[in-house]
Amino acid sequence: MRNLMKAVVAVSMALLGFAFTPVSGGYEVGDIATDFELENIDGKMVSMADFPDAKGFIIIFTCNTCPYAVAYEDRIEALNKKYAKKGYPVIAIMPNNTDVKPGDNMQAMKARAKQKGFTFPYLIDKGQKIYPQYGATKTPHVYVLERTKIGPEVKYIGAIDDNYQDASAVTKTYVEDAVDSLLNGNEVETNKTRAIGCSIKV
Amino acid sequence: MRYTIIVSILFFLSCNFGQKQNETSTAQEFTNKTPITQEPLEVYDFEGLERFLNKKDDKVHVINFWATWCAPCIKELPYFEKLNQSYKSEVEVILVSLDFPSKYDSNLKPYIKEHDLKSKVVALNDTDSDSWIPKVSEDWTGAIPATIIYNKDKRSFYERSFNYEQLEQEVKQFLN
Repeated sequence: MRNLMKAVVAVSMALLGFAFTPVSGGYEVGDIATDFELENIDGKMVSMADFPDAKGFIIIFTCNTCPYAVAYEDRIEALNKKYAKKGYPVIAIMPNNTDVKPGDNMQAMKARAKQKGFTFPYLIDKGQKIYPQYGATKTPHVYVLERTKIGPEVKYIGAIDDNYQDASAVTKTYVEDAVDSLLNGNEVETNKTRAIGCSIKV
Repeated sequence: MRYTIIVSILFFLSCNFGQKQNETSTAQEFTNKTPITQEPLEVYDFEGLERFLNKKDDKVHVINFWATWCAPCIKELPYFEKLNQSYKSEVEVILVSLDFPSKYDSNLKPYIKEHDLKSKVVALNDTDSDSWIPKVSEDWTGAIPATIIYNKDKRSFYERSFNYEQLEQEVKQFLN
């Protein structure tokens, strides 16, 4: 009986923690980001370590179902086209709980990637372990990382640019500016921006 | 005594599970329907919206950022409506829609009509969000739903979802 009670207490404490702990922490600019091993839409597992020639990465937490993420799909593809060959490939990670958002499940991710002709890995954060480490709260949410001797250093966190509605009306290309600075050996001037996005579904 | 503890914990557990299931089963976006072009809608850029964020009267102001496509926003909207009705004389609720302008007629206006929203609804159309998000709150990462509760003396910001009890509890801290 006592053991049962202990177990019940433990379980309820865990649930309490789960239910009420806000997503806090996550990376700040200057932190070293963790590598991951997540399933891609082609069924293979993908890590940053699989890109030995990369100088860094454009990690984008995104999904199928968020209108903001959808508005940025073509621009994410364009980022990969432009920067993968320069050493900064895009890696997209879908962070939502697919029980809550079935439209973001692996099958739907595959269909969307095929339809849009994505050339970047589109990974699923199965078990939702990676996005909290990064501190992502919404889709889309970008982390530009630069490879250093001690690991991939976070150089930029935030939005892709300053106009989600209209790519042709963009005046500040935050991610491009950040990667260009890194490629030129400069510090990233605007290293943190904010944009409206869809909360990550837990 | 021991049984009381177990029973209360089990009760808590069942509530918790119930809530979780509810979230997953009822959270569906609103997709519509017949477009409405006639109904007026107040649309602001952030400068225009600021008047609602800095009132100096004796009311408690509850500002909720939402969109028709945002499932957790739609789920909590009835609680804001209930709050607005229950505390009519003391609290003013404003629902700030972040729906895209292209969806005002097709989604937002039909939603307002169909759900007969009594709280004031305004739309915010200001794409340069990096400039205005920190003005709403330095703590806001940009995810919605998000809510401000303020009166002339103090203000709090919440980047989270509410149920009615939680919302009411927060608002009570602002009521004298």
